[in-house]
Amino acid sequence: MAATAQMTLEEIRSGLGWRKQLDKLFVIAGLSIVLACLGVLAILFLDLVRDGSARFGWDFFTSFPSRKAERAGILSAAVGTTMIMFVTALAALPVGVAAAIYLEEYAPKNWLTGIIEINVTNLAGVPSIVYGLLALGLFVYQFGFGQSVLSAGLTLALLILPIIIVATRESLRSVPKAIREAAYGLGATRWEVSRDHVLPYSTGGILTGLILGLSRAIGETAPLITIGALSFIAFLPPSPVSAEFPFLNFQWLRSEYTAMPIQMFNWVSRPDQAFQANAAAAGAILLGMTLAMNGLAIWIRYRFRKRINW
Amino acid sequence: MSMDVSTPTHAVSDKRQAAAMQGDSRIQPAGTPSVSIAIDERKTVAANTPKASSQGLNFWYGSNHALKGIDLAIPENQVTALIGPSGCGKSTFLRCFNRMHDLQPETRYQGAILLRPDDVNLVSREVDPIEVRMRIGMVFQKPNPFPKSVFENVAYGLRLRGVRNRLNLAERVEKALRDAAIWDEVKDRLEDSALALSGGQMQRLCIARALATQPELLLFDEPTSALDPIATAKIEELISELRQRVTILIVTHNMQQAARVSDFTAFMYLGELVEVDATSRIFTNPSRKATEDYITGRYG
Repeated sequence: MAATAQMTLEEIRSGLGWRKQLDKLFVIAGLSIVLACLGVLAILFLDLVRDGSARFGWDFFTSFPSRKAERAGILSAAVGTTMIMFVTALAALPVGVAAAIYLEEYAPKNWLTGIIEINVTNLAGVPSIVYGLLALGLFVYQFGFGQSVLSAGLTLALLILPIIIVATRESLRSVPKAIREAAYGLGATRWEVSRDHVLPYSTGGILTGLILGLSRAIGETAPLITIGALSFIAFLPPSPVSAEFPFLNFQWLRSEYTAMPIQMFNWVSRPDQAFQANAAAAGAILLGMTLAMNGLAIWIRYRFRKRINW
Repeated sequence: MSMDVSTPTHAVSDKRQAAAMQGDSRIQPAGTPSVSIAIDERKTVAANTPKASSQGLNFWYGSNHALKGIDLAIPENQVTALIGPSGCGKSTFLRCFNRMHDLQPETRYQGAILLRPDDVNLVSREVDPIEVRMRIGMVFQKPNPFPKSVFENVAYGLRLRGVRNRLNLAERVEKALRDAAIWDEVKDRLEDSALALSGGQMQRLCIARALATQPELLLFDEPTSALDPIATAKIEELISELRQRVTILIVTHNMQQAARVSDFTAFMYLGELVEVDATSRIFTNPSRKATEDYITGRYG
């Protein structure tokens, strides 16, 4: 029975040599693809920085838009983006997390749940302009929120809801079954298990999902144009905090607004070459904001992984 | 998904007990010390008041008939071990006692597990599984402390029961930790994460967590299978001590462990209860051929 005879040392070595070559080949191929991707991003970023280099400066951040390129700045756009992101996070987080908890911990596994799950995943692929049209009808006209920060925040919240739901479910699912059983075994209800255990232990993943969602939303232009973002805003919305009672006010929610990508879009579409530099500078800043948010997401995930290690 | 609960038939369980008694009268094999026989005479299932008794219990995972008409009395303040080869249904049976199967879809119980003294049928559909779990504690195969502090782990069951008073909580947590023989090791690190403990300490912490709520029946599902021999010895010692306070039902795949810690042993095979008797008799003089084959290592 030659087929089952033991291999000689030479046979083992010659076979192993080729297999290890293949292993190395894969490493080289993989690494070059990764580097190519990073390279494209780096070139894009550096190009934006170079084109916009003349405009970087304190004035750019503290000026309103202007007809003169060298005097225009991103103050109203940056403030608008910040407010919109705040509304988006506040609206999308509770709704998304609640939906994920329901689907993961409560929903019976039947065809109805299956349809809901497929549709939640599909929602992530709906073109953002469609969300814009929906929001124009619903938030702007039906609910009468108008062309406001509130409308924009809610629209982007709809847009990132599927991202948050999927990320949260993933995170909830990573809590071991043994932990759930331990809590159920002590007589906890489903709500108590979710509130006291599953949710706190998956906070890291949920926050990561939120930030990844927000970094998608921060660059969205189409839905904001649809619901009527303005590109020329030469004032700031009323401050949310004031010195007099009741200290908080929500007037800013109803304020008109502009946002970073809208401002960029406006500048890019101007014939005057000088505005191109403004657009490039704003683009670099927006890209920087996105990278910073993703960095924060990675840091949060790292922190929570270190604390809870199953 | 009907969950019809058949009327408990005491006749069946009496028959089972009678069968167990018959085992007593069998001639002991030569070499068995007569002293142990004398002890054995007093240790029969029938001679003890049962804390719980399973009567004609059937259980299904979907269409898989996992437990077939189990009749077993769990004597009060004794340790009862469930042994049998993998897949025989011993863990499935254990998990019926605190309705853990209710967490899975497509599971079905039929028959009864009556818990004394109030004779509540634990597997009845009308009985809330949460109510059942509040009366019956469980310790799992792998130590599963919550990623919280040592104190919060033990206090959690009490908090669920509405204990808010801090002094009262602290007192009961300390008592549970002492009962689980881990107080001296953790008394200075109550606020540290439970995940920093060793495997054996974690498991004793889980026992403390289960004891804190003073369960009437404590279930152990292969509690030492993930532990080293020294940690295992400590847990076994603890189980032997605990029997004075609480009725214990333990699943083990380790026959030596069953022999060391239990008063009664039930042998299960293919979803059926083959034999139950005093542990020393099961291991020296089982009345059924299948039990003897398993114990002597012919399969399993």
